[in-house]
Amino acid sequence: MSAAELVPTIGLEVHMHLATRTKMFCACRVAYDERPNSCVCPVCLGMPGVLPVMNARAIELAVRMALALGCTIPDLAKWDRKHYYYPDLPKNYQISEYDQPLGVDGHLDVETPGGVRRIGIIRVHLEEDAGKLMHAEGGGDYSVVDLNRTGTPLLEVVSHPDMHSAEEARAYGETLRQLAVYLGVSGCNMQLGQMRFEPNISLRIGTGPDGEPRYTPIAEIKNLNSFRSVERACAYEIARHRQEYEADPAGYTLERLGKETRGWNDAEERTYLLRSKEEAHDYRYFPEPDLVPLVPDRAWVEGIRAGLPKLPGQFRKEMQEAGLPRKIIDALLQEDQIAKSWEDLVSAIRKQPQAKGWDAKRLTEIAHNWILQDVRRVLNERAIPLTELRNSHYAEEELAKLIVLVETGVINRNTGTEVFSKMIATGKSAAEIVQEGNLAQVADAGEIEALVDQTIAQNPKVVQDYQGGKKASLGRLIGETMKASGGKANPQIVREILLRKLGG
Amino acid sequence: MSPTESTARQVRDAIARREASAAEVTEACLAAVDRLDPQVHAFLSVDHAGARRRAAEIDRRLAAGEPAGLLAGLPVAIKDNLCTADGQATTCASRILEGWRAPYNAHVVDRLLAEGAVIVGKTNLDEFAMGSSTENSAYGTTRNPWALDRVPGGSSGGSAAAVAARMVPAALGSDTGGSIRQPAALCGVVGVKPTYGRVSRYGLVAFASSLDQIGPIARTVGDAALLLQATAGHDARDSTCVSQADQPLPDYLAALEEPVEGLRIGVPRQFFAEGLDPEVEAAVREALAVYERLGAKLTDVDLPHATDYAIATYYIVATSEASSNLARYDGVHYGHRSRDHADMIDMYMRSRAEGFGDEVKRRVMLGTYALSAGYYDAYYKKALQVRRLIRRDFEEAFRKVDCLMGPTSPTPAFRIGERAADPLAMYLSDIYTVSCNLAAIAGLSVPCGFTGAGLPVGLQILTDVFTEDRLLRIARMYEREVDWVSRAPALVAGGGGGAA
Repeated sequence: MSAAELVPTIGLEVHMHLATRTKMFCACRVAYDERPNSCVCPVCLGMPGVLPVMNARAIELAVRMALALGCTIPDLAKWDRKHYYYPDLPKNYQISEYDQPLGVDGHLDVETPGGVRRIGIIRVHLEEDAGKLMHAEGGGDYSVVDLNRTGTPLLEVVSHPDMHSAEEARAYGETLRQLAVYLGVSGCNMQLGQMRFEPNISLRIGTGPDGEPRYTPIAEIKNLNSFRSVERACAYEIARHRQEYEADPAGYTLERLGKETRGWNDAEERTYLLRSKEEAHDYRYFPEPDLVPLVPDRAWVEGIRAGLPKLPGQFRKEMQEAGLPRKIIDALLQEDQIAKSWEDLVSAIRKQPQAKGWDAKRLTEIAHNWILQDVRRVLNERAIPLTELRNSHYAEEELAKLIVLVETGVINRNTGTEVFSKMIATGKSAAEIVQEGNLAQVADAGEIEALVDQTIAQNPKVVQDYQGGKKASLGRLIGETMKASGGKANPQIVREILLRKLGG
Repeated sequence: MSPTESTARQVRDAIARREASAAEVTEACLAAVDRLDPQVHAFLSVDHAGARRRAAEIDRRLAAGEPAGLLAGLPVAIKDNLCTADGQATTCASRILEGWRAPYNAHVVDRLLAEGAVIVGKTNLDEFAMGSSTENSAYGTTRNPWALDRVPGGSSGGSAAAVAARMVPAALGSDTGGSIRQPAALCGVVGVKPTYGRVSRYGLVAFASSLDQIGPIARTVGDAALLLQATAGHDARDSTCVSQADQPLPDYLAALEEPVEGLRIGVPRQFFAEGLDPEVEAAVREALAVYERLGAKLTDVDLPHATDYAIATYYIVATSEASSNLARYDGVHYGHRSRDHADMIDMYMRSRAEGFGDEVKRRVMLGTYALSAGYYDAYYKKALQVRRLIRRDFEEAFRKVDCLMGPTSPTPAFRIGERAADPLAMYLSDIYTVSCNLAAIAGLSVPCGFTGAGLPVGLQILTDVFTEDRLLRIARMYEREVDWVSRAPALVAGGGGGAA
C-alpha cells in the first residue's frame, strides 16, 4: 500500500473547567493564581472520613453543554472511582463517570477549509480535576504539591475519531471552545489551564481480510493546552506514524501494538513515549459508593434545553444569509456575547423610524462596523467582557439611536465615536451629548465656505502643492477645515467646496 | 445513684434533676477507666482534662437554666475511627494514622456534643475496623471484661468492653459486617446497627462505604435508643444519608415500652446451621420461647442467599471498597511516611508496608485483585448481583414476618490468639451478621443469657429498612422479661477476670 492511502484518523478528548464558583464535591472556591493550598478543605484534601457532595451547578452546566452538543441525556448517570497513585491526587482515585456518563451520542459541526464537517460526540461526562505537582526550584531533591486545583469541576467531551488532519483537529477544538464560551459553561482560558486536549491519533491502513478497517497503533497525547500544540502534535504524530508504518508495514499495526500514551515537548515540537500498552494503568473502576447516581428530572432537563442561547452555528448560518463575509463572521463569532450584541444591534436599528428604508445589507454592515470597531475598542481599553460593559451603560438601543444620528448626517462618523465613548462614561443619551457639546455637524454650505476660504488663505504653501499636482494635499486642507470647524463640518461638503474653489 | 452501675438514662435523668452533677458522674467514669482499663485496654486515648472541662461547662449551663441537650452530662466513649477535632488523635488503631489529629468532628460527634454528651475517650478497634476480635489493633488487644483471656469481639471491641466493664454508660461503634452487634453479643451488651442511611457517615473513617453504619452500644435497649435518637437524622454532608422528608426521624423512646401486638417472628433455618455452638443455640431458643409466651408467632423462614453466599459476597464488596478507601494512606499528605525511601514509588510502598497491619494488607490485596481488569465481572460485579438477591431474600421474608431472630454470633467469646492464625475461621464469626449490612437493613444484638462458663450470648433481631423504632420495641419486649442487665463482670466489683 502506498503512503498516499494512509488516512489520518483523529479523535479528541477535551477537558474543560466548568465556570462554577465552588468545587465539584466541596464548598471550596474554584481559584487560580492563589497562594498554594489556600483554597482547600478536608474534602478536597481527601482526609480520612470525609465524603463528597455533588455541586448542582456543575451538573447543570454539564447538561447544558451536552444538550448543546445534541447529546441524549440518559435517565441515569453513575459516578465511579478511577484509581491511580499520584501525589497531586490526594485520595489516589478520581471521581468520574465511567460507563454511564450524563450525555451520549452528540455531534458538533465544524467549519473547515474543506467545508462543514460533522464530528460525532461519543460522550460528555463530569469529573474532578487533580492538583499540581511541581519539582522544587534550584534542583532540590523534592517536589511540592499545590492542591488548590484539586476538585475543580471538569467536563470531558470525547469525540469519535472523525477528524482526518491536524487542521481539522484544531478546528474542532476551536469550535468546541467557542460553544462552551457561548454557553457560559467554561471560561476556556488556556493560560489558566481551563481547557486541555488529548488527541488520539492513528492512520487507517486500508482494510484487512475481514473487510474491517486496519489501523496503525493509537497514540494518545496527554495534556496539550493550546490549539497550536494540538495541531503541531497531531501533525508530528501523523508524520511519525507514516514513517514507522512505511518502515515496518506488517508490524506497525494496532492489533500488534495497541495503544500507547505519549507526552508533548513543546520546545522541541515532538512527542515522546510515556507508557506502552504493557505499562497501561489498570484504573480499577468501580461505582462510587459515597454518591448516589444522578437521575436527571426530565422537566429540569427540558428547562435547561429551553434556556439554551442561540449557538454559534446558528449565528453563523444567519450571518452567512445576511451576506457577511467569512472574515467578519469569524470576528463577530470569536468572542462571547459579541455575536449576540451584533444581532441585538441589528434589531435595535431596525426599530428606529429613520431606518425604515435601509436595506438589510446596509443594516448588517453598519452594525458589525460599530460592534467590531467601537464596542470592541472600548472592551479592549477596559479589558472587560461585554456583560460587564452593560453595567457601564452599554445598550444596543442607545447605540442604535447614535447610529441614526450619524447615518442621517446630524453628526459625522468620527464625532460618533467620541459620542459613543461619552455615552459609556456618563450614561447620557447620544442626543443629549450632541446637544450639550454642540456637536451637530455644520452642513450649511455658506458657513462651510467661509471656513474653506479661511483655510485656503492660511495655507498658501499647501494650496500651491495641490495645484502643482500633489493631490494628497487635498486631505491636509480638508483636515485643516475640519479642525477649524471643531470637527463638526460635514466632511463631504468641505471636500466638494474645496474642489470647486481649487479647480480640481 | 451510682454513675457506673446505673443505666445511661438513669444517669442522664439524675443530672437533669440536679441530683448528681455532670462533674461527679464524669469523675466516677474516669476513676473506673483508670482502675479497670489497665486490665481491659478498651481505650486508645482517655481525655481526662477535656472531659472535666466539658462536664463543668454542662453543669454551668444546667445551673444557669440554659438548654443543655438530650444527653446533658452523659459520659460516652467513641470508637477511634470517628474523627474528633478535640485534640485527641484519630488512629483507627493503625500505625499509618498514629498521632493523626482530625481538623473536623464526625457528624455523630457534633451531634453528641450538641446534645450535651461528655466524650471520655476513644476506644480500641481492629485496624480500620477490619476484624472480629480487636486483635488486629496496632496498639494492643482489648480483653473481654467477662473473661480477660478472651476477645471482646470486634471490630468495635473497645466500645463494647468499655460499656460491659461499666467504665462508661454508652458508646458509639461502627458496623460494616457485624462490628457493633458481634462485640455487643460477646460482651453482654446491646448494640444497634441502624439502617444504611439512617446515621450520617461524615467523619467515620471509611472501611467499606456501602456497608458502614455508626450505631450505639449500651447496657439496655432504652439507652441504645437514647443514643440513636441523638445521633441519627439527615446530614447534608453525606449523600447516602436519608432526608428528613423521605424518612423522618421518629421518637425512639416515645413508644419503647409498648409491646408489638401480634408479633410475627421469622426464624431463618440457615441461622441455626452447622457450626453453631449448642450453648448459644440453647440461649437463643430460650429467648424465642420467651417471645412465644408473650404471644408472638414463630415461623421458619428461608434466606437461601443470605447465609450461603453472604460471607463470600461480603468479603468481595467490603475488600474492594476498602482497597479504594485506603488508597489515600500513602505517606504524602498526612499519616505515616517511611523515613528512608529511594524515590516516590518506594516511598508509597514502604510507607504502606510499614503503616498497615497484616489483616489490612490482606484485604487491600483481595479488593485490589477483585477490581482488577479481567476480574471485575467475575468478582465485584457478580458480588453486586448476589447482593441484590440477598436483599430480595429479606424483602420476601419481611412480607411474611415483622422481624427475623437468631444468634448474633455462632460462638461465645473465643480465646485471644485462637483464631488469629486462621483468617477464614475469623471471617466465619460474622456469618449471621454480614447479610444485614449487605441488605442495608436494621439489626441489633440484645443479651439473652450466659454459657455455663459465664460468657454472654446475644440474640440478633433484624427488621426492615427504617424500622428502628419497631426493632427497639421488639427488643425491649424481651428485655423486660429477663434480668441479664443486672449481672456485671466480676472485675467490675473488684474481683478477678478469669472465666467463672
